[in-house]
Amino acid sequence: MTEARIAEPGEGKGVDVFGFVARFAPTLFLIALMALFAVIEPRFLSSINLFNVMRQVSITGLLAVGMTFVILTAGIDLSVGSLVAFAGLVAAAVAKGGMENRFTVGEAGVGYGWELAAIAAIAVGLICGYLQGLAITRLKVPPFVVTLGGMSAFRGAALLFAAGGPISGFEPSFTWWGQGKIGPVPIPVVIFLSAAALAHITLRYTRYGRQVYAVGGNPEAARLSGLNVNRIIASVYVIMGFFAGLGSFVLAARLNSAEAVAGTGYELTVIASVVIGGTSLFGGSGTIFGTVVGTILIGVLLNGLVLMNVSSYIQQIIIGVIIVLAVAFDTFAKSRRRKL
Amino acid sequence: MSALPNTRLSELPAESAAGRLILKMTGISKRFPGVRALENVHLEVGPAEIHALLGENGAGKSTLLKILSGAHAADAGTIELFGQPVTFATPHDAQRAGIVTIYQEFTLAPDMSIAENVFIGREPGSKLFVSWRRLADDTRAITDRIGLKRDPMTPVRDLSVAEQQLVEIARALSMSSRLIVMDEPTSALSETEVANLARIIRTLKAEGLSIIFVTHRLEEVFRLCDRYTVLCDGHYVGSGRVADTNVDAIIRMMVGRDVGALYGKRPIPKHGPVALEIEGLTRRRNARDPHAIELVDVSLRAHHGEILGLAGLVGAGRTETARAIFGADKFDHGAIRIDGKPVHFSGPRDAMTHGIGLVPEDRKKQALFLRLAIRTNMTIAAQDQISRGWFIDERREDALVDEFRRQLSIRMASPDQAAGLLSGGNQQKVVLARWLALRPKILIVDEPTRGIDVGSKVEVHNLLIEMAKSGIAVVVISSELPEILAVSDRIVTMREGRVTGEIARTDATQEILMAMMTDQRGAGDRAASAQ
Repeated sequence: MTEARIAEPGEGKGVDVFGFVARFAPTLFLIALMALFAVIEPRFLSSINLFNVMRQVSITGLLAVGMTFVILTAGIDLSVGSLVAFAGLVAAAVAKGGMENRFTVGEAGVGYGWELAAIAAIAVGLICGYLQGLAITRLKVPPFVVTLGGMSAFRGAALLFAAGGPISGFEPSFTWWGQGKIGPVPIPVVIFLSAAALAHITLRYTRYGRQVYAVGGNPEAARLSGLNVNRIIASVYVIMGFFAGLGSFVLAARLNSAEAVAGTGYELTVIASVVIGGTSLFGGSGTIFGTVVGTILIGVLLNGLVLMNVSSYIQQIIIGVIIVLAVAFDTFAKSRRRKL
Repeated sequence: MSALPNTRLSELPAESAAGRLILKMTGISKRFPGVRALENVHLEVGPAEIHALLGENGAGKSTLLKILSGAHAADAGTIELFGQPVTFATPHDAQRAGIVTIYQEFTLAPDMSIAENVFIGREPGSKLFVSWRRLADDTRAITDRIGLKRDPMTPVRDLSVAEQQLVEIARALSMSSRLIVMDEPTSALSETEVANLARIIRTLKAEGLSIIFVTHRLEEVFRLCDRYTVLCDGHYVGSGRVADTNVDAIIRMMVGRDVGALYGKRPIPKHGPVALEIEGLTRRRNARDPHAIELVDVSLRAHHGEILGLAGLVGAGRTETARAIFGADKFDHGAIRIDGKPVHFSGPRDAMTHGIGLVPEDRKKQALFLRLAIRTNMTIAAQDQISRGWFIDERREDALVDEFRRQLSIRMASPDQAAGLLSGGNQQKVVLARWLALRPKILIVDEPTRGIDVGSKVEVHNLLIEMAKSGIAVVVISSELPEILAVSDRIVTMREGRVTGEIARTDATQEILMAMMTDQRGAGDRAASAQ
């Protein structure tokens, strides 16, 4: 009847070209960008280079997977870079055999092994994430402020812990997690893509995933529908912390070193990956697939610019502009699709 | 409906055809990607005329008004103002031409004063400095005209919804507008506030202003408006003098079908045992929440299979009572019993496990996830039923969605559509489905049909009646007395956080209820003198 017809715009027979483009804009942009670089610089498409790109983005990619949960609830986590440094140093110290031995060099067999190191890194991430989640839900401090505080506090903790020097020189079983390969595929890439797949399944097919979208979409409605909104909001910071811990471990393994300035500026790249991938900063809409595309897009862009000998300063400018354009496009697409 | 020729335009009543028209919109068409919102629509408004723009939700009223106010551009058609063709590229253009639109959602800055809001962007004074005294004086001159008795320096946040609306009107007057467009100005107002607004609108008319008035309450049209225009499904259906028509005729034009007697007499069905009992529910004002409405010793009962109507003016404490029962807000003392057993809820989740559901007052802000799929909206509270372990079983979910889609005849293209794309009536049904899926014992429905078109209203009412028949204790809160009278079996009235009376529907009339809602002392004997 009349109202049904009006109520279902865009569902008619005509193909909504604009809607399609808007939905797959990041993917289409990524394909176009890759085609462009391939034409300008044939080396770009070599499998070595492509795996290189993937390995480079895998750490920020891991963090972006966690950040997607946070941003889906309309939150933000600025502390990820600092947390990566702090958790990485803890992992490194464990791998080296504790606080006293952390600066010894090359003495294989002294440390506690990569397993404990990884657990320590993840535990630090989980605890720090949980503390931030508590501050946000119990003290009612906005996520921006809490994690801005975390950004400073965790960096300070890292500096204190490192006491000036990097911790480096791990056993091969440790560094394998950053430098090893399965066939041609670097381990960090395997970890990143597995984490993304797991997160995708969680968000798409589980009750918890639905609840994250619901809380992000309308917290009041979620509460009145019986969801424990505070617990869900706190949980996404714990998830973010988990990925920060895991990422710090992989990063330390890849660099065979952990230092207090590690991860500086990661928050920008990570948030950019999520937002470029189409997740709304206002919460309630976005996908892990988009985040993966956004992550790779930034990696491809940087890699292509490097191959074309563009200065790293200009790269930063370009990334900044692209973030703003991505959000502008998202806003524009939404206003185009809003009905009546 | 669309086949109806637009001949009525030429049969304009003599009086306004003779007087020069203020506004003449002709042949307006507008398409959005994938939707035809308006097709060859006309609207004519004469001088000093209150013009009702009518139609179901989705009929195209809002789009037409947005074109008139410069927020959208028409694809085809002309707008003439005082006989001059005009085009508005922006709302600012329209305002300069003397057309001011007051939307349902106000555009006031809550932390700024009344005066600053009225003269925002046009503050009196020199280029650099604002003359605060002139700002206050100018504002008072306008607010006095419309009976807003507040210090111009009061922050808008401290005003009631009705007062905020007056600030919007004051702003329109300060722009010396000739035509004020009001989009559902009464939907958030209590009956007395509506009466006050009506008085103000008549004053403005006497001063020579014209007003376009959008409402879903047809009785207001007949009380207040001179002429009307009806849209249906994006088409112009007709217009004429209100005095020449009646409610049934207008409803037929709006829905393109006979709805039948809107509020027919229905015998009071037999009901079961007491399902919900609250006793001495009290919530005091506290320092953290000074604007909260107090509840004083509220006691009431609802039976299985019964619809209890909770009537009262806005601010009477009905919503607050519902939220306290549901565990959404805390209260100081009082007892709640379900099926005779005392219960205490720490939050909505708790209330739900005891079989209570609450359909909140504000559909878009409190109930719906507008950007999420309809399926999520319908099943978010019933995840236990559609899951295996941590995972959603989509087959079970589809079955559940399908069941309620059919039972409530929810019109949607697909359950994966965003809920925000549905019409108001279908959105409300989705929210009802969310709660029905939980098979509640008690369902509290706050303003079940606010902002819903006439056809869907009847459907929702019938659903409520069906629910009661199935044994649910239904509590309906409504600011519309005809609605209370249409669905309730028993009616409890509230005023200023207190229960003021109880009456069987068959004994109640709008006048009696109004008296009970406005007078603390038992009101039956004063019914005659009410209003």
